[in-house]
Amino acid sequence: MGSRIEILNDGGLRSDGRRQHELRSITIQLATQGNADGSAIIQHGLTTVLAVVHGPREARLRSLTQHDRAVISVEVQVAPFSQGDRRRRGKGDRRTQELAASVKETFETAVQTHLYPRSEINIYIHVLHQDGGVLAACVNATTLALINAGVPMIDYVASVSAGTFSTSPLLDLTTLEESDVPNITLAVFPRTGKVGLLLMDTRLHVERFEEIFRLAAEAGKVIHEEMRVAIRTSTAGLVKAMGGAIVAGPGAGSSERATKALEIEDEEMVDA
Amino acid sequence: MLFTPFPPPPRYQDVAQMDVDDDFDGAEAKMTSPGEILTSSQAFMRGHGTFVVDEEVIASVAGTIDRVNKLVSARPGGRSIASPDTDPRYNPEVGDLVIGRISEVGPRRWKVDANARQDAVLMLASINLPGGIQRRKLESDELQMRNFFEEGDLLVAEVQAFFVDGSMSLHTRSLKYGKLRNGQLVTVPPVLVRRLKSHFIALPCGVDLILGLNGRVWVSKHVHREENDGDESFDAALVYSNQNDEIDVSTREAISRVSNIIRVLADRFVPLTDALLVDAYEWAVDQECKVTEILHEDVADALAAAVVARI
Repeated sequence: MGSRIEILNDGGLRSDGRRQHELRSITIQLATQGNADGSAIIQHGLTTVLAVVHGPREARLRSLTQHDRAVISVEVQVAPFSQGDRRRRGKGDRRTQELAASVKETFETAVQTHLYPRSEINIYIHVLHQDGGVLAACVNATTLALINAGVPMIDYVASVSAGTFSTSPLLDLTTLEESDVPNITLAVFPRTGKVGLLLMDTRLHVERFEEIFRLAAEAGKVIHEEMRVAIRTSTAGLVKAMGGAIVAGPGAGSSERATKALEIEDEEMVDA
Repeated sequence: MLFTPFPPPPRYQDVAQMDVDDDFDGAEAKMTSPGEILTSSQAFMRGHGTFVVDEEVIASVAGTIDRVNKLVSARPGGRSIASPDTDPRYNPEVGDLVIGRISEVGPRRWKVDANARQDAVLMLASINLPGGIQRRKLESDELQMRNFFEEGDLLVAEVQAFFVDGSMSLHTRSLKYGKLRNGQLVTVPPVLVRRLKSHFIALPCGVDLILGLNGRVWVSKHVHREENDGDESFDAALVYSNQNDEIDVSTREAISRVSNIIRVLADRFVPLTDALLVDAYEWAVDQECKVTEILHEDVADALAAAVVARI
């Protein structure tokens, strides 16, 4: 090993100073693009993704329309400046297309498409900065943009990446960790705890799988809470702007930012 | 296999049976977001923006909760009974005045993009024929549909009915409706156009306004309408003409000024009414600012502040 950066040092800290189960800080901005129906920027640490939603609107291609539901189309653009080596990725790039396909399939179950027959929902995703967990950030940004656009969904979709360094599970990996440890990306529907997306790009030992799977599912709930707070704040702003008074709705108590540090305690894991 | 499904998180069960009944009056807005359990489906009916799973009514949009008797619905954005919606898309209702653009010419119908969830349909049967004759449309009419409306043409129409799939059918069977010319289109969020007595407004500055409820505003040169509106004797060539009239420089300036004022007010989320626009126009003329200067941040802020203060 020698001069290599330690993924997890003896003190239980990772290369960027986080603990094993600690998520990176999350920043959310809603409605950033004025002429879109909905948009959101989410930052997981340094990973920054912008999602823009247009629709439901008349489908641009007649051949694509479904008479009983809306079709979802996803386009992903990876900015050339988003990573260390400057590289232009076209639309046909395999990795970009795979990202788009994963997001599309996840949201086809989440969005109530049957409410808008013969229309189309366009999702445009721009990856502005990559530092691990790009797919997770894409899913989270899309969730926020869709909610911002007022598109009916059965639930939030909260996504996070997780990996395992030897026998120690790690959450929310950076590029450095992602390239070094076996990892998965998981998206959950927090209300039911059902899984919307599970992607494994690397080989992972079957013994380790359940542990990081459960951990990622639990972390998804923390991310859901962050997104819910952001949405709630923006809704409150809208209600206020339109001259209405606000009363806390159901579940308002849990929206308090109890999990400021975003660290999942070990006791919680036992409960799960 | 290895795993059992996750038990639902406890906090949702805690809030599950929220009592929609208590202190629910229209002026206050309760907020919700997708996946939040609102109430039990045994006691309440589900409305828009909600769905039912396991006898529980669950919200599917982020916004405010509305309850009318036994009907519970969630409205996206800040929309509630007390405050109208902030839905970026236009939700049509029969009788609404809309401004649309022809997107397609089809068999006996035009497709019209009117900022709704689906394109609207304008049937050949629901337009006025040149000359104002009332008769069945023949095959010969069908063949010259592009002489009436072509792809890209702007038109003002009224929502006549809905089809089963929710798309709307338009009609232009009045002299007030039809092709638009001599002006400029400004697009604003649909919320900002409230229902008014008349959506055709003639401003004193020689500018006509058409406020489409789908958030499109047509600002054009003033034309004198004949008093005997609705009469059969109207000039056929003019109604479907693609040619602008002669517009002098001062009128052009007035049109641009009104357009810029609308853009500025829409940016600052001020609902549009005729009185407000007259006020704003006077203010802009009083301040002697050039047409383009209205769009400058400081002038725009001052304009919005001045106009809102006068309401």
